Amino acid sequence: MIDHIIKSYDSELDRLTSEIVGMGEHASKQIHAAIDVVERRDERAARRVVDNDEAIDAMEHAISQDVVRLLALRAPMARDLRAVFAALRIAADIERIGDYAANVATRAIALSMVAPVAPARGLRRLAELAQASVDEVLAAYRNLDAERAFKVWQDDARLDEAYTALFRELLTYMMEDPRAITSCTHLLFMAKNLERIGDHATNIAENIWFVVHGAALDAPRDSRDATANPDWPQLGRAPSGEAGQ
Amino acid sequence: MIGLYHRRAFVNVLAILLATASTLIGLGFLASILWITLARGLVAFGMPLITRITADGAQGGLANAIVGSLIIDCMAILIAAPLGVMAGTWLAEYASRSRLGALIRFMNDILLSAPSIVLGLFIYMVVVLPMSAWSNGAVSFSALAGALALALIALPVIVRTTDEMLRLLPSTLREAALSLGVPQWKLTTQVLLRAAGSGILTGVLLALARLAGETAPLLFTAFGNNFMAHGPLDKMASLPATIYQYTNDPDPAMHAIAWAGALMITLFVLALGMLARWFLSRGHLRHE
Amino acid sequence: MNELAATQHTAASLAPHNHIEVRGLDFHYHQQRALNNITLDIPARNVTAIIGPSGCGKSTLLRVFNRIYAMHPGLRASGEVLLDGENILDPRYSLNRLRSKVGMVFQKPVPFPMTIFENIAWGIRHHERPGRAELASRVEQALRDAALWDEVKDKLGGSALGLSGGQQQRLCIARCIALRPQVLLLDEPTSALDPIATGRIEQLIDELKRSYTIVIVTHNMQQAARISDRTAFMYMGELIEMDATEKIFTAPARKQTEDYITGRFG
Repeated sequence: MIDHIIKSYDSELDRLTSEIVGMGEHASKQIHAAIDVVERRDERAARRVVDNDEAIDAMEHAISQDVVRLLALRAPMARDLRAVFAALRIAADIERIGDYAANVATRAIALSMVAPVAPARGLRRLAELAQASVDEVLAAYRNLDAERAFKVWQDDARLDEAYTALFRELLTYMMEDPRAITSCTHLLFMAKNLERIGDHATNIAENIWFVVHGAALDAPRDSRDATANPDWPQLGRAPSGEAGQ
Repeated sequence: MIGLYHRRAFVNVLAILLATASTLIGLGFLASILWITLARGLVAFGMPLITRITADGAQGGLANAIVGSLIIDCMAILIAAPLGVMAGTWLAEYASRSRLGALIRFMNDILLSAPSIVLGLFIYMVVVLPMSAWSNGAVSFSALAGALALALIALPVIVRTTDEMLRLLPSTLREAALSLGVPQWKLTTQVLLRAAGSGILTGVLLALARLAGETAPLLFTAFGNNFMAHGPLDKMASLPATIYQYTNDPDPAMHAIAWAGALMITLFVLALGMLARWFLSRGHLRHE
Repeated sequence: MNELAATQHTAASLAPHNHIEVRGLDFHYHQQRALNNITLDIPARNVTAIIGPSGCGKSTLLRVFNRIYAMHPGLRASGEVLLDGENILDPRYSLNRLRSKVGMVFQKPVPFPMTIFENIAWGIRHHERPGRAELASRVEQALRDAALWDEVKDKLGGSALGLSGGQQQRLCIARCIALRPQVLLLDEPTSALDPIATGRIEQLIDELKRSYTIVIVTHNMQQAARISDRTAFMYMGELIEMDATEKIFTAPARKQTEDYITGRFG
């Protein structure tokens, strides 16, 4: 892409991009740290993760301000307008990702109070997939690589599958041993949080596609959460609340 | 660095001093001319100057010369102004980019700087002599011939100012009128000449001011007359020609009358100049 | 090029009808080519903006629409410009008729050196012979339509040159619409005006588009974005892209358009 005639405009847009990337990297670290504290059952570390979420919120605030200033002072057009607009939406998605990571850490505190259960290990694979999506979509954003973003968008199905598998496993556990219901419920919510992180990564991918192509990403994809399907064989209805997206 | 700035400051002061000095020298000459004209002219200034005619000599005045000058100058302007405005309009609006237009503009500039005595001789050749031959000497030198000679002097001035004033108008004025579907002649007469009117009028007044002081062409055409002339085909007196005659006279009283006449012309030219400025400033106000 | 033609075709089929249709228009300044094979449609009762860098031919294109270029020697247009289906480039198409249908407003406001009333009445009288009362009501209506009546109704007999720049420009618009044209051509009508006067003119354009087909050439991209329904981008005498304004300013199809609109030209 050729530079703008006004050089400072370029540097402001570049700064916005690097702010988003920095925020995304921070969120990615939070996912990693959150799943780490689940396994280590480290309450203090978990509280640190929860506290760190404030930094992400502050970053989102800073980005919103930069976006407003760019809109007011530079009146961006066409691709620039899409980039600035997408930056605002991507920042909101990353902020949500940070929230979900913090939620996982909060539940890790509750989980550390009760006896450990075996399926906690299944959660790591889910977390790795979610984090990989976030990292990959950030790389796509940095290079404005729409194809790479599209790949992340498609790969979200794998995260959904892993979530569905874990969901079943947890249900089986709870049916076998009612004493595990408390910890399994916590794990269920954590799994749902991680699955939602994947959804936000796909939102980011859609925004990247919009920046590059100027049109919405429009392609068929498998339904996101099989457990929310009323026809899902093992449960009549989806759990209400967080799963009802 | 300081040396450089000092040198620049010095050159600046020097330039201002030189420019001011040049202006003062020019103005000094002008002031002394006005002063001498005023001082010498006022001696013979008085009622007899405008009531008595030149036939009375040293006891007389300049009445016939003043009336003659007014008549000849007005006739000259009446001939030159319509011709000049029309020619200038043609140059600016119809021939502004043509080769013929450029040629005519060039010829007009030459006429503008032609010595006035040449123009006087020309009229003597093509008007005075043929008329004299044709009328068997009954009509030879005449006010009409004088007016024609002066018209030849005024014409290029008026052509030039009309041309310039019209070309100064923004081309969008023309486009705006034409885009209403209005034809060129309506645009020219009702918009352009009106918009350039004050400028053109100024040009006419300045041309008149120039005519007021012309002497040489009148000597061969209107000649002079010590009495009030009766019609345009008579010989007619004029201020500049009379002044020229009186200054050649040995009698100092005649010199005084000549100075008074010079003062009169100066005041007339001054009045025209101020009128022209007033018109021009009014025109500018309206265009701002 | 096919893609471009295709988008134009779909857009055209949605629009009410095309008031002006340009087909293969070439334009020469003496030996130099200023417009190269321009083909575009201008829908009726819409604002069409033409944007592009200086010298791209946008003003030239506008000047073809009322053949005002014909006042200068050595300029030549070839191809077809259809106004309601009739080719205005045909020498048999009378200039009088064309210019009573297509009005033009210029970059600098140019009131005639007459009274405010005469500025408007002058053009009407050339095309029609209205009675005194009718003429007065025509002038009033034109001034009202140009949102100037309230400001000048007490000084109709005063010189038009005493009005402010914005008022003068609205007077020029009134002068045009007094002839009841169908098309208004605006050549950078606000480039000499301050933002408030500009705002008034833009509001006026928005109202006038209900009755007139408006084509505006502007250097101000924000202005094109604010007031036009369709935008054409021209570069070096060629039409690069023409589409709905919204599309041009959010997601233009051509890279050259994108570069120009985002300020990356050069």
